[in-house]
Amino acid sequence: MTSSGARPTVVVAGNGMVGQHLLDRLVELGAYERMRIVAFGEESRPAYDRVNLSAYMEGRGADELSLWRAELADQVELITGDAVVAVDRDARTVTSASGRAIAYDHLVLATGSAPFVPPLAGADAPGCFVYRTLDDLDAIRAAARDARTGVVVGGGLLGLEAARALQHLGLDTHVVELAPRLMPLQVDDGGGAVLRARIEALGIVVHTGAATAAIRCADGRVRGLEFADGAVLDTDLVVFSAGIRPRDQLARDCGLAVGERGGVVVDGQCRTADPAVFAIGECASFEGRVYGLVAPGYAMARVVADTLCGGEASFAGADLSSKLKLMGVDVASFGDAHAAAPGAQALVWHDAVGGVYRKLVIDVTGERLLGGVLVGDAGDYALLHQHVQAGQPLTAAPALLLPPAAVAGAGRPAGVEGLAETATICSCNNVTKGAICAAIAADGLSTVAQVKACTKAGSTCGSCVPLVQRLLEHELEAAGVAVDRSLCEHFPHTRQELADIVRVRAIRTFAELLEGWGRGRGCEICKPAVASILASFHNDYVLADEHVGLQDTNDRFLANLQRDGTYSVVPRLPGGEVTPAQLIAIGEVARDFDLYTKITGGQRVDLFGARVEQLPAIWRRLVDAGLESGHAYGKALRTVKSCVGEAWCRYGVQDSSSLAVELELRYRGLRAPHKLKSAVSGCARECAEAQSKDFGVIATEQGWNLYVCGNGGMRPQHAVLLAEDVDTATLIRYLDRFLMFYVRTADRLERTATWLNRLDGGIDHVRRVVVDDALGLADELEAAMARHVATYRCEWEATLADPARLAQFRHFVNDEVADPTPTYGRERGQRRPLPLLVPAGERDA
Amino acid sequence: MSAPDWTDVCALDAIVADTGVCALIGGRQVAVFRLRDGSLHAIDNIDPFTGAAVLSRGIVGDRGGVPKVSSPLHKQSFDLRTGSCLDDEAVRVSVHAVRVHDGRVQVAVLRAGAQDAVGAMPSVATSSR
Repeated sequence: MTSSGARPTVVVAGNGMVGQHLLDRLVELGAYERMRIVAFGEESRPAYDRVNLSAYMEGRGADELSLWRAELADQVELITGDAVVAVDRDARTVTSASGRAIAYDHLVLATGSAPFVPPLAGADAPGCFVYRTLDDLDAIRAAARDARTGVVVGGGLLGLEAARALQHLGLDTHVVELAPRLMPLQVDDGGGAVLRARIEALGIVVHTGAATAAIRCADGRVRGLEFADGAVLDTDLVVFSAGIRPRDQLARDCGLAVGERGGVVVDGQCRTADPAVFAIGECASFEGRVYGLVAPGYAMARVVADTLCGGEASFAGADLSSKLKLMGVDVASFGDAHAAAPGAQALVWHDAVGGVYRKLVIDVTGERLLGGVLVGDAGDYALLHQHVQAGQPLTAAPALLLPPAAVAGAGRPAGVEGLAETATICSCNNVTKGAICAAIAADGLSTVAQVKACTKAGSTCGSCVPLVQRLLEHELEAAGVAVDRSLCEHFPHTRQELADIVRVRAIRTFAELLEGWGRGRGCEICKPAVASILASFHNDYVLADEHVGLQDTNDRFLANLQRDGTYSVVPRLPGGEVTPAQLIAIGEVARDFDLYTKITGGQRVDLFGARVEQLPAIWRRLVDAGLESGHAYGKALRTVKSCVGEAWCRYGVQDSSSLAVELELRYRGLRAPHKLKSAVSGCARECAEAQSKDFGVIATEQGWNLYVCGNGGMRPQHAVLLAEDVDTATLIRYLDRFLMFYVRTADRLERTATWLNRLDGGIDHVRRVVVDDALGLADELEAAMARHVATYRCEWEATLADPARLAQFRHFVNDEVADPTPTYGRERGQRRPLPLLVPAGERDA
Repeated sequence: MSAPDWTDVCALDAIVADTGVCALIGGRQVAVFRLRDGSLHAIDNIDPFTGAAVLSRGIVGDRGGVPKVSSPLHKQSFDLRTGSCLDDEAVRVSVHAVRVHDGRVQVAVLRAGAQDAVGAMPSVATSSR
């Protein structure tokens, strides 16, 4: 192959993560139309996700880690198994190990780094490995078959990853670190001690302050590791993870300057002294520094792609702050973590019992946060990191930031304006109210999607999205901006407007609604929302062909999706009552399908670990035992919890369990904007906790008190009294009206508590509608509920009677085998899923 | 250049419009979607954010006209044509070839990682141009 002349040729030497990112970026920018792009990779396979090497050790296939995409083959010539071995800068050609010679117009060195193996006697013996490539891992895995003990030399991030891999291979695992603590670059002695304790609790033996003197061999292979003090650790296998060295030999050979600590010297465009040659990633040295993280490498790749396409991007160095989860332990290090700044002062929280260490470094004035170390609880990393980057004086005393969130306590409930700036809105991604408000103002955000994209708030479990929405609306209204309450890009309407359209126009399908009032194909926001509206008003079978594709997976398979892709099953136990025969039937099903069994907070039994193809057989048996769907999977009525009331309890004043059963059977299957929980207590002692429910009933001497819009969960809110001392018939009338009014008017995924907080007029308005019938809606609302009650049918019973539906309950459409992804251990006599291989964020590369 | 290696998956009618199924192709889990406009798409079934084999059970739709599926676990969306995650540019899943042949859906896994990666890609022609 030679340069084809007309189009300039870009040669990329190296196809690791950073080299591949450059290819991706060039393709994204359309460069392949103007340039010929040739990439060399030394390994036999295209680039793969090296950050997740341990996933490979735990069973993930090599092709699953691959970063190469089929369609790139049209745009990039990738030559694998062949490395560039020489560069002739005068002739502008590269030569590969196999003898290929290619002329270049631009050359990008992306040769990465090599693991540093300390010059010890025996370090090259069979049984010694490094932890860098898939081939390295294959070799380690092969050697581990005959090994009992494995030692990792190096207790940094990568060393601990390697230790995790060895442990996974079943070896007695040791980590040997020269420094007095683990992860010496990122954490301090205190953090290292807590980290060590937590790593040791996992069964890994840690040796710190331990210098390795030699590798002992016998019969031509590793038998032990000798420390400088003469002690010997018997081992069959040694993995070196003692740092990296830039692979800059190509540059040295062709006369390009390298940095003091290695790495090809580059400028802000990642250009070497030769304007036709660039270097990126771990083989490059920028301002005397080699970055051993993938994120700065990616940033460099983007700069070079941009430069080659005529742009003016530049690399200005990278922040090395990072947060990661290592063997389940949070570790974060940010800013001036080691208090190196003159006059820096530290505050330390060292909880050896709970395994939490937190250090904040404050400047000499005591006003600004400079950095910190967090081990075991890094929940507020984002906030703290933000304080460091902002560089502004803290508004609160630094000591208030120090304790972990669990100790510091949650923010106050109520409307968004009442929340403190530091209140965590999104606990999955550690996003505070202050961070969201700042992003809204700084970037002119106007939709929840933008806030999610910009701040990550609400992008994981989604439970805070309604709160984010309120916050956004509040901020925009305060700023005098018109608020767009569109459901999503497909419907310029609110959920309430769509509910009105469906009701008034008697719409029966999503397609009809989309055609008349929307655009595009729909999405995961509008489809379930519309499915819920259709179900609320028509109560059609949710798995009918025209509805099934609208349903979230829980509704589609009538079970609750768990993190490993299996489902949990909850039969309805109205009011929490269960006959011994039913309890035995549930137990037998759990035993026969080996389901992890747990009592829920709603007085039901949850059975976990059911594979999708097992659900019909499980439900066949439950239905045969007289049980029905508990709708734990739906945005629907869940449970009406109860105490035993006057039937058994010497304090009870009404028959609370009978009322609970009646209410649960009346409202079962009612699809709503969000889940609905309820409870009935037989006296004022409130054993059923009715005041924390969406609707709760408490017995009085005269009748029932009805409370509405309570909430447990992340932002607890007490239910509010709606009606006092009413009889059962009145209670049910009010409840019919209340629930239908909520179903009609609430936003998507808006719980009753949030809905109430938003309603103009609050509980007084609800009372006017429900009790006083000021809007004249009562008859209509009651009729709608009567239709629901009359048309209710257990979805599992309906599904079991429909062979076409049952055929959808399988994992592989073309094979009977089970999904091999989930794996299990046992704990306290039951099955427990082992963690799946979760790709992580940026890491030491 | 080797020809694509088509594997029979199921009857076209077995996939309800605007939903997906999961096929096992030579040990690899592939999610196959049939959209209402008649198009078919195949991507990896493993959700790269969680490792769970669930993408075939996601809700399909579009974002700004880009056809996509949303992971049922944490709702990240993936472009059905390229496999790119629309919520995190650093993440993507592999895309595979899919066609209808005699009323049957067939999938060819596009393999990366072969010795000669460029030559092993079916349905794409490559050479120095």
